[in-house]
Amino acid sequence: MATMTDPPERGFRLSQLIFDTRYRSMTIQVVAMILIALLLSWLISNTIHNLEALGKDFDFGFLGQPAGYDINQQLIDYNNQMSHGRAALVGILNTLLVAVLGCALATVLGVIAGVLRLSNNWVVSRLTAVYVEGFRNVPLLLWIVLIFALMTESMPTPRDFRGEDGSSMILGESVAITNRGVYIPNVVFSRSLGGNEVAAPEAPAPAAAASPSTNMAGTYGASRIATGGAGVQTGQNNDATSTAADASGGAEAGEGGEVIPTSSVWDWLLILAVLIAGGVGAKVLGTRATHIQEATGKRPMTLPFQIASVLVPVIVVLLLLGASLDKPELGGFNFDGGVHLRNSLIALWLALSLYTGAFIAEIVRGGILAISKGQTEAAYALGLRPGTTMNLVILPQALRVIIPPLISQFLNLTKNSSLAIAVGYMDVRSTLGGITINQTGRELEGMLLLGLFYLVLSLLISGVMNIYNSSVKLKER
Amino acid sequence: MKKTVTLGALTAAAFVAGAAGAATLDDVKAAGELKCGVSTGLAGFSAPDANNVWQGFDVAYCRALAAAVLGDPMKVAFTQTTGQTRFTALASGEIDVLARNTTWTFSRDVDLKFEFVGVNYYDGQGFMAPKSLGIASAKELDGATVCIQTGTTTELNLADFFRANNISYEPVPIETNAEAQQQYLAGACDVYTTDASGLAATRATFENPADHVILPEIISKEPLGPLVRHGDNEWGDIARWTLNALVAAEEYGVTSANIAELSSAPTNNPEINRLLGTEGELGAMLGLDAEWAKRAIMAGGNYGELFEKNIGEATPIGLSRGLNAQWTEGGLLYSPPFR
Repeated sequence: MATMTDPPERGFRLSQLIFDTRYRSMTIQVVAMILIALLLSWLISNTIHNLEALGKDFDFGFLGQPAGYDINQQLIDYNNQMSHGRAALVGILNTLLVAVLGCALATVLGVIAGVLRLSNNWVVSRLTAVYVEGFRNVPLLLWIVLIFALMTESMPTPRDFRGEDGSSMILGESVAITNRGVYIPNVVFSRSLGGNEVAAPEAPAPAAAASPSTNMAGTYGASRIATGGAGVQTGQNNDATSTAADASGGAEAGEGGEVIPTSSVWDWLLILAVLIAGGVGAKVLGTRATHIQEATGKRPMTLPFQIASVLVPVIVVLLLLGASLDKPELGGFNFDGGVHLRNSLIALWLALSLYTGAFIAEIVRGGILAISKGQTEAAYALGLRPGTTMNLVILPQALRVIIPPLISQFLNLTKNSSLAIAVGYMDVRSTLGGITINQTGRELEGMLLLGLFYLVLSLLISGVMNIYNSSVKLKER
Repeated sequence: MKKTVTLGALTAAAFVAGAAGAATLDDVKAAGELKCGVSTGLAGFSAPDANNVWQGFDVAYCRALAAAVLGDPMKVAFTQTTGQTRFTALASGEIDVLARNTTWTFSRDVDLKFEFVGVNYYDGQGFMAPKSLGIASAKELDGATVCIQTGTTTELNLADFFRANNISYEPVPIETNAEAQQQYLAGACDVYTTDASGLAATRATFENPADHVILPEIISKEPLGPLVRHGDNEWGDIARWTLNALVAAEEYGVTSANIAELSSAPTNNPEINRLLGTEGELGAMLGLDAEWAKRAIMAGGNYGELFEKNIGEATPIGLSRGLNAQWTEGGLLYSPPFR
């Protein structure tokens, strides 16, 4: 009865690797693998060989050597005697700063422009269309250079603020817009967590001896640069005070000097922590109110308490730290004090935000259009106003469509920040990937590190945003 | 699989090893033109003229070298390099020689693996400020905003100068001389610092050069000279002795006016004869023909002629010879003997 026989056992033949679908995919993968391995090995051996031919080795030791150059914008303490590694870190923080500022502003701009472009108001929607098309279709570099040139060429120099008929500062003499950037008041603390400097009334001998002329008529020289990390410091903040004390015969020598208010990272971290805690408190209050409302039908008054829970702790902390405003003042060649937002930062920040904002606007518009018109009609039928409909019905659903492409835009913005080179903003490409490489000749090592940094940063942003994405995407139960 | 990779790596390595090691001189001859790196435009040193022909003191060296090697001073392909891109361009072989106001330093010579073939301009770093600031000395610059080309020795000298004098400054990093000029004139920086020759060259292009002062302090030694890659000594010799030929020609009184006469027949000065190839085998030792130095000098004249024509006191740049005079006249220029 056994009519079914097993197919004849034929041995494995080489041709099966190509013609048998069971093996073919495997064959292709193995061949591809070998080719890739060959390519990699060729690349590596070529690099090693060429380095040898140039007489260079592969060594990251340069990161520990003194950098020797100065960086104008430093979020952490840095001077030119510190290492190349530290300089790279300063650059990394500058890159992060402009990336964070840029992503935030671009998102705000993009969402507003995206919504407005769908407006029924003809003028508004056309204006937004002009913005979006204008920025989308002109290279980013041009915008950066244009904004920088506008700031540099059309604003007054700090010198112009001198004298009676000079330019004047705005907002109660506290903000100065110059062609070197914008100077705004800084919040400083007389009991800073980072430690305050005390104007000790003893003269730094070399400064006083080397430059007797620097104090003449109080015009140039003897500048006070205590701007919370801005400006290059050579450690003689108190020159004016101390030489003055010196001139008066050291009469105040016994008084111990006065405390100079400063601000440090720790102060701001503390304030940020208190703010976050306040925000969480407000949220808890709101949740509790909702629970009570669900249980009893009455919603207790929460808004004043919520505002208080955010504001009161911050005010208390500010008072405890002894906060005061440090307004920029014209001293020496530039404005002193306050925070100096350099032209390079402003130009880069605005250009990146406006450019990426235009793309985000299109993403937001697409996201909103992806939501069925029935949703709007249903919301209107319930009596919701257009604004409420947009905020409560349309945008939450549109987020699912918006977020994935938004991640790409954030990544683009972050990587585009390396265009900082066009305006001399000292980001990581300028420090590690520019001056350090140039001074040490370690192109390969520097570029590898730079690539690694951007890779890690991109993956981080992508990872964080994907977590957010999974929190807003459609929950399937 | 593993074996394949190893084999592949070996083959690749062998292949690369075979390809490397070709001499620059052969490359230049094969290409028919000299690839020369210059600055992105610095009046008097290297800048294209109205007809888009490169002119200047650094350019003249490249032309002399091209004339010596290829027989035609115009067979030069100029590559514009910034302070940051110049060394990569040279190391990667994009250019054969770099003549771009580059300072001879220990680390560039030793660590960056380049070979400076000599000094064509002895310079020092200075500061330029508008007269209206009323500054007489660089030591009064406390708190000033300083424009500086990044990736240069001036950047490091500047940091050292301000640290040594215990005063502070705000650096504004820029890429090119043109950019610095624009920023400086717009008042975005109080002071511009670079080599004093560069300051003079930049100031010469201003509308009102008299409104700007070059401060008296010279804060560094900046011996500027052409450089080539480390490792190709034959090419280094050609580059070095072309520069020396220009310097020696001035010392011996060989000018573009009398060179035809002096080289037509041996003179009674054996040094000139060896230089111009009417005696001895110096050209052959370099791998060139006997008239290499004659062509180099004829390309634009001797060192003194090049200086006067491009950056001398009669030009808008208006640099005096100073340290760059011949050793016989109290300067530092000194060519080793042609012997």
